[in-house]
Amino acid sequence: MSQVSSTSTGTRAASCVIEPSQTLTISASANAGRQEVLPVIEVAVLIIAAVAPLLLQDYITVYATRVLILCLFALSFDLVWGYAGILSLGQSLFFGMAGYGVALLSRDFNVASIFAVIPLGTLIGFVAALLLAGFLLLGRHASSIVFVSLGTMTGAYAADRLAGGSYYLGGQNGIPSIQSMSIGSYALSEGPAFYYLALVILILVYLSSRFLLRSQFGLALAGLRENEQRIAFFGYKVQHLKAIIFAIGGAIAGIAGSLYAFHEGFVWTTMLGVVMSTQVVLYVLFGGSGTLIGAVIGTAIVEGLSFWLSDNYRDIWPIILGVLLLLVILFRPLGLISLVLGERERVGTFGPSPKEIRNAAS
Amino acid sequence: MPLLEAAGISKVFGKLTALDGAALTVDENEFHGLIGPNGSGKSTLMKCLAGAEVPTQGKVSFANTDITAFTPTERARAGMSLKFQITSVLPALTLYDNILLALQAQSSLLDLVFSRTRGRLHDKVMMMLDQFRLADRAFDAAAALSHGQQQWLEIAMALAGHPRLLLLDEPTGGMSLEERRVTGELLQPIKQHCSLIIVEHDLDFIRDICDRLTVLDQGKVLASGTVAQIQANKNVQEIYLRRA
Repeated sequence: MSQVSSTSTGTRAASCVIEPSQTLTISASANAGRQEVLPVIEVAVLIIAAVAPLLLQDYITVYATRVLILCLFALSFDLVWGYAGILSLGQSLFFGMAGYGVALLSRDFNVASIFAVIPLGTLIGFVAALLLAGFLLLGRHASSIVFVSLGTMTGAYAADRLAGGSYYLGGQNGIPSIQSMSIGSYALSEGPAFYYLALVILILVYLSSRFLLRSQFGLALAGLRENEQRIAFFGYKVQHLKAIIFAIGGAIAGIAGSLYAFHEGFVWTTMLGVVMSTQVVLYVLFGGSGTLIGAVIGTAIVEGLSFWLSDNYRDIWPIILGVLLLLVILFRPLGLISLVLGERERVGTFGPSPKEIRNAAS
Repeated sequence: MPLLEAAGISKVFGKLTALDGAALTVDENEFHGLIGPNGSGKSTLMKCLAGAEVPTQGKVSFANTDITAFTPTERARAGMSLKFQITSVLPALTLYDNILLALQAQSSLLDLVFSRTRGRLHDKVMMMLDQFRLADRAFDAAAALSHGQQQWLEIAMALAGHPRLLLLDEPTGGMSLEERRVTGELLQPIKQHCSLIIVEHDLDFIRDICDRLTVLDQGKVLASGTVAQIQANKNVQEIYLRRA
């Protein structure tokens, strides 16, 4: 490819005419070579996750299972915030509602089959998110980011209080001693088996999300995230795009919530509340929003650090963790992943490459 | 019947009256220039036409439909397109993806999710890029383009959806003389299928490509007519002399 057209129009430096917020983009894209680092990171993370239970003590495997489930939860937030720019501060609403839903399924109907639990949890998260999106996002005109974040946060707060005051939902104690999840006649208790189940589900959700985000729907989302007004002027139904991705995010949070309920063996009000919602924001910001692997890495590192710090610095560990989080968010606003991942590759490509199109045509 | 008819458009921001009963009529296949001193309300009028601002008063009709209350999305789907004053190409995307993003705006959700449109639109993307002399940069990031090229990319994006009316807010801002000349050339073929409203400071440029002009001053229409009529108009000469 020749660069003739650029010389004919002068070699004016692009950076001097572009707004400051965009200069970062340019330097990063200039640095990013042809080499792709994302697949390398993904495979490395996968290998570590696959062998971990073989190396870890059993009680740490249980902890690691919880981390995997939280990774799923982080993916749900990453999808809505990192990919669609919807600042949901109430993502736990869908996580917790699904958790409570499947807990009731187990308590009141004595059903614990994975083939009932996961679909129900997914459905609860999806429907709840769709309803909330209808209320918060589907106005005739775009709703402000403050309205949406406060709206979602209020939802989580209210659900937390309502569950705490409901006798049917067990009040502040939640719903204890949920039976083990079953696959056929096999009862799945915590440990390596549950770990690998969570890992398989995480991989499936991860790959589906990646398929979605790398499709042309993902291209529309990239446009949405970068300049919402601009793509509305192209004729995109921006609010619909947002509602769809929000509902998908809700569904993923629902899967996570139902796994979490059965893994812990009980559900309680915190699962619905604002603290849980904020935690997932931290995971994603720490690892790197707008990349799926960033959400996974962020969750694993934050949770891993908490585990290690709370063991070794019993009194001051939350302060150390807080300072670390602040430092990352201050100096790497795109998260830890941005240390190795250039902007160009983060944004990536969408749909089949033009080369594949040409091959298909010929 | 004109393609676009705006009548009695007023826009008040707090105590500032940006537009005070402005009117504008544009026919099919007409290139219409909007000129006037700084602060005369040109950009505000464009925004009211495109739906980026809601006029305090007045009515906008487009292709026999009252679109005053339409959202930008609805206006775009009715055949109106806007290029912003500030370049807003998506810098991290390739030129190819920028154009595709504009082209596929009205595709169905399933087509998008399964990337069915990409194969279908490939030739069209390359044609648009070719028309704006950007084909050899198709797979570079838009951020790597010169300012002038970014403006062309934007115009190409604005034209992608086959609009019947294109609104251009200062398309040649920050361009070199040569780039301006080329921009004029690039816009000419559009006339066969599209009308144009163009806000521009460069009077030579606007004189060369426009059929009719409307002059705004302090939110009101000072004069409207053919280029020759406007050039002969005493009031218009006065405000431009006053400014100079």
